Amino acid sequence: MRHTISVLVENKFGVLSRIAGLFSGRGFNIESLSVAESLDPKVSRMTVVTRGDDKVIEQVTKQLNKLVDVIKVIDHTEEKFVDRELALIKVNAEPQLREEILRITEIFRGKVVDVSPKTYTVEVTGDEEKVDAFIEMVKPLGVKEIARTGRIAMSRGSKALTT
Amino acid sequence: MKKTGAEIFIECLTKEGVQVIFGYPGGAVLPLYDILFKTHIRHILVRHEQGAVHAADGYARATGKVGVCLVTSGPGATNTVTGIATAYMDSIPIVVFTGQVPTAMIGNDAFQEADIVGITRPCTKHSYLVKDANNLATVIREAFYIASTGKPGPVLVDIPKDVMTASAAFKYPEKVHVRGYQPTYEGHIGQIKKVADAMAMSQKPLLFIGGGIISSSASNELLELSEATHIPVTTTLMGLGGFPSNHPLSLGMCGMHGTYTSNMSLTNTDLIIGIGARFDDRVTGKVDEFAAGAKVIHIDIDPTSIGKNVIAHIPIVGDAKDILKKLISMIKKEKVNWKKKHHEWLTQIEEWKGKHPIAYKQSKKVIKPQFVIEQIYEVTKGDAIITTEVGQNQMWTAQYYKFKKPRTLITSGGLGTMGYGFPAAIGAQVAFPNKIIFDIAGDGSIQMNIQELATAVQYRLPVKVAILNNCFLGMVRQWQELFYDRRYSYTCLESHPDFVKLAEAYGAVGLRAEHPDDVKKVLKEAIKTPKPVLIDFIVDREENVYPMVPAGAPISKMLLV
Repeated sequence: MRHTISVLVENKFGVLSRIAGLFSGRGFNIESLSVAESLDPKVSRMTVVTRGDDKVIEQVTKQLNKLVDVIKVIDHTEEKFVDRELALIKVNAEPQLREEILRITEIFRGKVVDVSPKTYTVEVTGDEEKVDAFIEMVKPLGVKEIARTGRIAMSRGSKALTT
Repeated sequence: MKKTGAEIFIECLTKEGVQVIFGYPGGAVLPLYDILFKTHIRHILVRHEQGAVHAADGYARATGKVGVCLVTSGPGATNTVTGIATAYMDSIPIVVFTGQVPTAMIGNDAFQEADIVGITRPCTKHSYLVKDANNLATVIREAFYIASTGKPGPVLVDIPKDVMTASAAFKYPEKVHVRGYQPTYEGHIGQIKKVADAMAMSQKPLLFIGGGIISSSASNELLELSEATHIPVTTTLMGLGGFPSNHPLSLGMCGMHGTYTSNMSLTNTDLIIGIGARFDDRVTGKVDEFAAGAKVIHIDIDPTSIGKNVIAHIPIVGDAKDILKKLISMIKKEKVNWKKKHHEWLTQIEEWKGKHPIAYKQSKKVIKPQFVIEQIYEVTKGDAIITTEVGQNQMWTAQYYKFKKPRTLITSGGLGTMGYGFPAAIGAQVAFPNKIIFDIAGDGSIQMNIQELATAVQYRLPVKVAILNNCFLGMVRQWQELFYDRRYSYTCLESHPDFVKLAEAYGAVGLRAEHPDDVKKVLKEAIKTPKPVLIDFIVDREENVYPMVPAGAPISKMLLV
């Protein structure tokens, strides 16, 4: 089963490699990983999407907790949470396609963030399904490049993940 | 007050109570060595950095204190990796200081530069690269704290040369707080009550103990619990010494080369009370068939150990000593006639003990390696500290030396590092100059760190080494004999130095025994000699370690003598 795990870590050099090394060294897989500063600049927040049975996920969370630089770990899969991803998609935009792309972008509440004579770069945010669906829609028109942030997630309700 | 990094280093080590450092100098640690020259802290100069880490590790295992090691950058640092991994697998508290090229040169492939923090990341409990002398004191304080608390382990501190010479304000941090590191010591009382209830219900309980009993100094509590409840005790290799081997409730070691009684008890028990053991593959054999009918209690300070290999029905995270104390006070309130309840079980166990005790076929012509170990036990009256190398020598030691007290067996259990025993013996001898320290070695493994003979001679450390010399890499040969149709592919060591002359060349004493009648005589002479002694025991070449559970088989399927 797929799990979305948020991890608060000390914002120090080498922490990312400790986490990545833990996953590779123990044969856990990483489907996506996103990292950035949290509210407290001394703390980074990571979102890891991983896959495994209960036993593997138990080890993943325990091993993460065991790292000295890891402050908190929560597995969102056991609760209600929201998740989002942002993608930039560079699509072929020959004159005859432009209107179609704009229409699809509007349906997905995306934004054209860059224009060139032959391309549009579209920003789409949403859960993975939505981003996937957008990409599927524009693929026949010719996608030149995509960049996705990977999933970020947060628990629903007033509960906050802080140090 | 302003101090240099090097001065801060020494101040902090002094505050931590460090009495001895095992090390090897080099360019990037010159400022630290320069100040060491003027201090009271003892420094043991080894002959290879691997020896320094193993010696620090042996010192730590013998004393329970943190072992300290100091080496230079680059190759000095990379030579410590095997030693660090050894300590990591066995949860031994050591702090390894490595010199590093100056901060401005890091990343430039400078002379003797290695990313040692990166290289050792998977085999350290934690590691630091100190980029600012102002952080040095806090880092050293944290390093010792992290190494020695919770589940102990090795911590590496990498110090660039310019940080050693930079000056910084020094204030020793009395308190240490690492927000991401808060080990659980106190066991959950509700869970402990469940254990007491399970024990009261069980007909065939078994205490299964590992190295955690020793690192938590809980052997007295274990003995009290076992005696109060008449529950027998089996131990892992790392648990040997945690419970007296000569006690009637002791079943000896379990697992691949464990006793018949231990393995049969583990297979037939209805309640495993696992304490400070991680249920590794050398213990469980085929894990699906391991203790299939048993309820499993797993007590460990490391939450990741629990449920990793074997499902725990009652998990408890915490310190073994704390949990055992609480458990004992609960047990005392139970109205159970333990002796009567376990009578049938203990009768069965006695039958197993009688049926297949640990045994070998004695010879009058050739020295049996097991006999050498029995004789070492006799002449040392079981009071020595024993280190081992890895392979047959290690397993025979585990089987035939009756360890009575914790910290008397020093062996590389998890990583299985050949070349460990001799430098570890040096570390133990530094800690206990008046004790008899024996390294039980093979002719293969002793040559992996034989250069440390010079260290032993230089510091007048009268370590004894018993080489069980069969001119083979014996354990690998045994596997080839049993599972590869006797194809002894590169396991025959056809050329050896003359170990007696070699010892003499180093300024140590060399002895040899080729006949069973000589064994005791030679051992007595070695013990009398106030110098390092290397004894070459020419033993039966193709003797095997039995019982043996073939890899991947259930532990009840043992090859017996």
